[in-house]
Amino acid sequence: MSEISRRTLIASGLAVAAGASGLVVSAKLAKRYGLIPPDAGGVYGPGETLTYAAQRLVGSHSMAREFSRSQISTNPFANEVDPLGDEFNRLQAAGFVDWRLTVDGMAARPTTFSLAEIKSFPVSSQITMIGCEEGWTYIAEWTGVPLSYILDRVGALRQVRYVVYRSIQPDWWESIDMADALHPQTLIAHRMNDAELPVPFGGPLRLRVPRQLGYKSVKYINHLTLTDNLKPFGKGTGGANSDGGYAWYAGI
Amino acid sequence: MNASLPMADRGAGPVVAAKPASVVPATEPKRHSALVRVTHWLTTVAFLALLLTGGEIVLSHPRFYWGETGNVNMRPWLNLHLPSSRDTVPTGYGYVLPDQNGWSRYLHFEAAWIAVATGLLYVLWGLFNGHFRRNVFPAASDLSARQLADSAMKHLRFERPGAEEAWSYNVLQRVSYLVVIFVLFPLMIWTGLAMSFGFDAAFPLAVRLLGGHQTARSLHFLVTILLVLFLFVHVVMVVVAGFRSRMRAMITGKMIAGTMISGSVDSPTE
Repeated sequence: MSEISRRTLIASGLAVAAGASGLVVSAKLAKRYGLIPPDAGGVYGPGETLTYAAQRLVGSHSMAREFSRSQISTNPFANEVDPLGDEFNRLQAAGFVDWRLTVDGMAARPTTFSLAEIKSFPVSSQITMIGCEEGWTYIAEWTGVPLSYILDRVGALRQVRYVVYRSIQPDWWESIDMADALHPQTLIAHRMNDAELPVPFGGPLRLRVPRQLGYKSVKYINHLTLTDNLKPFGKGTGGANSDGGYAWYAGI
Repeated sequence: MNASLPMADRGAGPVVAAKPASVVPATEPKRHSALVRVTHWLTTVAFLALLLTGGEIVLSHPRFYWGETGNVNMRPWLNLHLPSSRDTVPTGYGYVLPDQNGWSRYLHFEAAWIAVATGLLYVLWGLFNGHFRRNVFPAASDLSARQLADSAMKHLRFERPGAEEAWSYNVLQRVSYLVVIFVLFPLMIWTGLAMSFGFDAAFPLAVRLLGGHQTARSLHFLVTILLVLFLFVHVVMVVVAGFRSRMRAMITGKMIAGTMISGSVDSPTE
C-alpha cells in the first residue's frame, strides 16, 4: 500500500467516523430540543428535519413582516374549500351565535367558549401576508385573540408541546409547536380588514399562523387539543395535510 | 496563455500537460480531482430533482407577478398558459392535472439542502486549494474583446477544442462557470429562501431587497431558465468536445488516451 493511499484511507476512515458520530450526537440533541418534526420518517424526513430545525434555531421568536394599510390587497383570493356541511349551514343561518370553541387536552381548566366570549377577549391586529403552497399571496389585516391568551386562560400545562386544532369540516385538522402557538402573531382571528371574518376566508373563526403557509391557517375552527404527543392523532404526522403527503412544518 | 494551465489539482498534472506531449507521465494525471467529480454529480442529481419538482410546483399556479402579492384575482406579468393542477386557476384547459405538490415540495427542499451543502463544500474547497485561481478565474489577458470573440467564434463553429484545452477550461467556459457558481446559484438560494415565510420573518430585509415575495418567486423562475440554458449548452459542448472522453474524465478522472481529442497527450502528431 502506498503512503498516499494509506493516508487517504486513514483520513477517510476518520472523516466517516467523525461524520457518523456527529450525526448521532446531533440527532440526540435535536430530539432533546424539540427539533424533530412529527413527519420526520421516510425518504423526505432528513430534508424536512433540517428545514424545521434550522428555522427553529434561527428564528424561533422572529416576527412575520407587517405591512402598511395601503398594502392591503384590494382583491384577496379565498381559496376553495370542501362543502361545509349541514351543521355549518345551520350555525351560519343563525348568525353563528351557537358556534363553540372547545379547548381540551393538557389543560388545568378545559373549557368550551362561545363565539361571543371569544369576541369579548382582548384582541390583537396585524397586517400580514398569507401565502399558499401553490405560490399565490395576498395581504390582509387580521384581528383576533392571541392563541397564547386562550392557552393561558385554560391553564395549559407545562408539558404541552403541540396545539392540535380542528375545523368543523370532517377530518380537517392541523397542529403547531409551542414556538408558533405562543407566538404573539398567532391569532384566533374573527375579523379581517375591519369587518367580520367572511365565511370564504374562514369565518367565524380561523387560526391565523402568519409564519407558515396558508394550509396551517385552518378555517372554521371549533376545537383545540393541547398535547405533548402527536402520534395518537390521525396517522401520527401532526395534521390532515401531513397525513396526506404535505409537510407538517410549512414555514417554507 | 493562461488557458493552457492544467486542470489537475495535484502536483503531477501541470508539468505533464503543459509540456509537449512527448513525455508520458508515470502516474497519469487526473483531469478532474475526486472532489470536483463527486460534487459535480451530486449537484447534477440535486439540480435535476429541483428542476422536476420546481416544474411540478409551478403547475399549481403557472402565473408570475411582481411585488409582494399575486393571485388569480390579479394580473400576472407572465402567464405560462399551461394546464394547472388546481381548478382555481383559470387556464382555458378543460381539465385539471393531478396534484403533485406534496412530495414535490418535500423533495424540492431536500434536494436544495443537498445542492447547498455540496455547493458550499465545492466553493470552500475551491477557494482554499486554489482550484478557482488555477482553473476557473480567467486570466486578465484572456478577457480582451479579441480573445473572447475568438473563443466565441470557435464555439459557434462547433470547433473541437485543441490540445491546450485538453487539461483546462477555455475562457468562455471559465466566465460561464463563474457566473453559474457565484451569481446564478447564490441568486437561486436567495430567491428560494425569500419565498419561505419562516425565513422572511427571520430576515425580512432579504425579501425587501429583492422587491417582495412575488418578485422573489418570479426571479427564482427566471434564474431557473438561465440555469437550464446553461445545462443545455454545457451538455452540447460536452458532446462537441467528445462525449465519451469528457464523461469518462468526469466519472473516473482519467482521460481516454486514444480517443481523447486531437493533439492529446498520447497522439501528438494528430
